[in-house]
Amino acid sequence: MKVTSIKSGLIALLFAAFLAGCSSNPVVDEEPTSTDIEDTSVQTGQVDTSEIEDVAVDTVTADTIFYFDFDKALLKPESRAALLEHSAMLQSNPRNVRLEGHADERGTREYNMALGERRALAVKEFLVLQGVSPSLIEVISYGEERAAAYGSNDDAWALNRRVELK
Amino acid sequence: MSQKIFALIFLLLLSSASHSELVIRVTQGNDKPTKIAIAPIDQSGIQSGEDISRIIESDLQRSGLFKTIDRRDMLAFPGSAQDVYYRDWRLLGSEYLVVGKLRSVGDGRYQLEFSLLNVTAQKTELTHKVNGSINQMRDLAHLVSDKVYQEITGIRGAFSTRLAYVTAVRKDKKYSYRLSVADADGAREQLVLESAEPIMSPSWSGDGKELAYVSFETGRPAIFRQNLVTAKREQLTNFTGLNGAPAWSPDGSQMALVLSKDGNPEIYLLNLNSKKFTRLTRHFAIDTEPTWMPDGKSLLFTSDRGGTPQIYKLNIATKATERLTFSGNYNARPSLAPDGRTLAMVHRQTDTFHIASFDLKTGRMIELTETRLDESPTVAPNGAMLMYATKQGDRGVLAAVSLDAGVRYMLPSRTGDVREPAWSPFLR
Repeated sequence: MKVTSIKSGLIALLFAAFLAGCSSNPVVDEEPTSTDIEDTSVQTGQVDTSEIEDVAVDTVTADTIFYFDFDKALLKPESRAALLEHSAMLQSNPRNVRLEGHADERGTREYNMALGERRALAVKEFLVLQGVSPSLIEVISYGEERAAAYGSNDDAWALNRRVELK
Repeated sequence: MSQKIFALIFLLLLSSASHSELVIRVTQGNDKPTKIAIAPIDQSGIQSGEDISRIIESDLQRSGLFKTIDRRDMLAFPGSAQDVYYRDWRLLGSEYLVVGKLRSVGDGRYQLEFSLLNVTAQKTELTHKVNGSINQMRDLAHLVSDKVYQEITGIRGAFSTRLAYVTAVRKDKKYSYRLSVADADGAREQLVLESAEPIMSPSWSGDGKELAYVSFETGRPAIFRQNLVTAKREQLTNFTGLNGAPAWSPDGSQMALVLSKDGNPEIYLLNLNSKKFTRLTRHFAIDTEPTWMPDGKSLLFTSDRGGTPQIYKLNIATKATERLTFSGNYNARPSLAPDGRTLAMVHRQTDTFHIASFDLKTGRMIELTETRLDESPTVAPNGAMLMYATKQGDRGVLAAVSLDAGVRYMLPSRTGDVREPAWSPFLR
């Protein structure tokens, strides 16, 4: 045992110190050392929320959520029809859209931030290839911070690996 | 060393104090703990609302290396070494004894003089005085625990340190995110920041006076630093794309972080004085989660450039990278122990996420945890324990395990999902 061996070592050391002490003067308690504790209370910061914009209300009827496989950012074939519809709409009626990428809770949080962004960028790339102006598209990743479905199971995870077009 | 599991379950009642948001439950301890008695501190009638001896007992038990003697079995409550009859304590099988006396020294200050006695050798190992205000009785107790732990184990105690962590509370469909700081035992939680938008990735400055973190309060992720004492905040980044994973350099002059402004996630250095950014990685893969080697000359980070997330080492001067992990299909979020050699990380061998330790010299990987969906390991500044986030049912909780996997405890929260613990450096 680590502690025991350290302890017996300590005892041996103390015994040696005791022997050394015996030859000269008796063991006397030193003047105790002393420590002062400083005040370390924490102050709470203030969040500035003035910059947060309301997300525009969606007017398209096509699906606005696109799903992905674990640790993947490849568009699934079933996302294609809805994305084509969005790209047509965005070319005939240009508006600013926001693509929000998400990941399921498995794996690490910052890696999932990167994965969410990669998924949103895959959707952006598809739309741009169809002719949508990239300047209309804002990409943001929430990683695993904003789950759509709660629970730690395959069904919830599948619903959380997504990009939302807003 | 024997890894035999000694099933030892205590419920540590942490003074049921109103301030303590996290309650600690030790689920596994060392199989040959050192027996120690903490005699009730003579508080001289001073009403502090805290039981100093109980706090010391909880600290030492939580380390897994000690077993404390029940107060009800004690034959006497000596307040100083002169009043001790060693025989009383030998009868109880106690190897060590802590005695102490609290007294007022005026101006609202109090002094706790305590001694650690070796019952076997019948001698005083240590006597120390510690001063504080009436609100600092927990600090006094943790300092006693630090001194006692160090004297007996030879390892510096980390009971006087703090934890930062994020709590998410969901009400209806709205989230509230809170960044908090608490004592290492979960007591005295204090709110650092609250927001309706996500808060992530808290990281301590080397002096323990500031936190860096990611906040989405502007509608997008941005890195902030915040002084804990003054609450002064500064937004450090405001780029398109990811602004994440801040990690303070050991000397405090720089911050490693992740930006994706140039197309995909890359590691950058931010000089905190000149505010100049230097790009360190150039790869189309995900590069993220930088952490510093103690010499400040290289970083460890997560990259999926090899197909799956793995840990890489980056030499800051030459920008050369080297892959370190090969075992498992997911290794991420490296967190280095103070020995500069033991690396804790999120590890998946096949399909379950655990925390593993990885020896940088031998390349040996050891799974330390048995819970599920484990993430965000953070090593105590003395290298004895690491804390991480895991799931209990559907709730996020914090748990701890020693780096030899022999000791475990949980810190279940009373409200919300707790995650992303960050263990402070030594604070005094």
